[in-house]
Amino acid sequence: MIDLLAGFNGRLFLTVTLNGLTLAALYFIVASGFSLIFGLMRVVNMAHGSLYLLGGYVGYEVSVLSGSWLLALVAGAGAAALAGALLQKGIFGWMQGQDLRQTLAAIGVSIVLADLMLAQWGGTAYQLDLPAIFRSFVPLPVVNRYPMPRLMLIGLAVLIGIGLWAMLNRTRLGLLIRAGVDDRRMLEALGVDVPKVFLGVFAIGAGLAGLAGVIGGSVLSISPGEDARYLLSSLIVVIVGGMGSLSGAAIGALLVALAETYGLAYTPTYGVVYTFVIMVAVLAVRPQGLMGRPA
Amino acid sequence: MSPDPAIPLLDVADLDVYLGASHVLQGVSLRLPAGPLSIIGRNGMGKTTLCQAIMGLVPTRSGRVALAGRELTGQRPVRIARAGIGYVPQGRRVFPSLSVHEHLVLTAPRGREAERAAWTIERVYDTFPRLAERRGNGGAQLSGGEQQMLAIARALLLNPTLLVMDEPTEGLAPVIVDHVVELLHTINREGVGLLLVEQNFLVATSVAARVLVMVNGRIALETSADEITRNEDMQRRYLGVSAH
Repeated sequence: MIDLLAGFNGRLFLTVTLNGLTLAALYFIVASGFSLIFGLMRVVNMAHGSLYLLGGYVGYEVSVLSGSWLLALVAGAGAAALAGALLQKGIFGWMQGQDLRQTLAAIGVSIVLADLMLAQWGGTAYQLDLPAIFRSFVPLPVVNRYPMPRLMLIGLAVLIGIGLWAMLNRTRLGLLIRAGVDDRRMLEALGVDVPKVFLGVFAIGAGLAGLAGVIGGSVLSISPGEDARYLLSSLIVVIVGGMGSLSGAAIGALLVALAETYGLAYTPTYGVVYTFVIMVAVLAVRPQGLMGRPA
Repeated sequence: MSPDPAIPLLDVADLDVYLGASHVLQGVSLRLPAGPLSIIGRNGMGKTTLCQAIMGLVPTRSGRVALAGRELTGQRPVRIARAGIGYVPQGRRVFPSLSVHEHLVLTAPRGREAERAAWTIERVYDTFPRLAERRGNGGAQLSGGEQQMLAIARALLLNPTLLVMDEPTEGLAPVIVDHVVELLHTINREGVGLLLVEQNFLVATSVAARVLVMVNGRIALETSADEITRNEDMQRRYLGVSAH
């Protein structure tokens, strides 16, 4: 027992924990948008990862052109939101209620978008320049110092979480979204133009993916293949947390990201297995997800 | 808009609805001139489908639905609701994630409309003091009777010209049923049209003077509440039960 404790590296543990938390923050931002769309519209937006990547690339271009990271953030989120609204208006909206068809169309869209972006930006990895104040290290006990951008990521995720919570609980759009997640048809029968709400939700969800793309491209990097990675993480987060639930997305993101990071640090061979173990366990015990309601 | 007596409030003509392969509504016609009309019938006769077809929630194969002369056939539910039909569905379908107050905010008239609307949130709270007490509670935390009041209040706040109610007393305690019946009388006095689908024979006949009986997707009988209440043979034949 003493030996075990002596062999325990506190610094490594804390660093891994912080890395896990920052990854969870990024997962949360991506998955919250995915969950919003999934929960309200029953659309499994398989192009969500593509919107993440698109946001990152557009953000990169804008930051190179303007030199402003904040502008890049706005542009990345805006471009993805616009693309999302166009997808909903032009493609998914025509297949309302046909979940499988929408999902397949979304897969098609993601393949097309991935190739278009590969043609435009090539196979290299890009990284956005953060403002100077963020390019520093924060002194912390035990781990000595920790990169500022990663801590900033946690702060951003918390801010976005609070903003989304306020939107869902304090605005009329939020009221309509929650009612729509509960019972879409009943909401229509009460005179609410649900397709209009859908368009707004799709834009917000896609915008969050684009926002995450810019942030991920700044703290980590963006390159082809990231789309599939963040789509997969979003899927698992939503399955674990429960669709349409903000707290579910937060808990799911924490569980998945921590399992992934601890797994890779301590048992590298089995690192990828843990997230799926969590998913299978949740599906076996609570198929609707930890914070989800039965359909 | 003064109601033209020649144009019925609700006009359903030769409505055919298929759900999958089954022919659920078979040429249903009904006219609701004004005031209340009850539809009774046993389970599975197509009463709920009729309500859903009127609301545009199930597709109709043929036939037409018009509200005060305005064609509603094939419209989306949102248009039908905005045209003036308030829907109180079977099973109440309140939103579990919304508080009582949020339910009312959802459908309450806003802006300039609120000034001349008959039903406002304040009036709902006056009429249903129980809802005022529970305004912060979630839809899922309410009792069956409270949920029913909320479903009715939510529909009333649309300030409809017609209420379509699908089994509003289903699963309620007798004392609550009395309360709902009293409320339906109040709504009638307000001049809101009422299409009431009921399994509860006594409720159906006490709310409306005219009664339709549905059997196997057709209107099998149109009669008066007094007539069917007196005529036990008629009850046995069409409903398979006697109220006494």
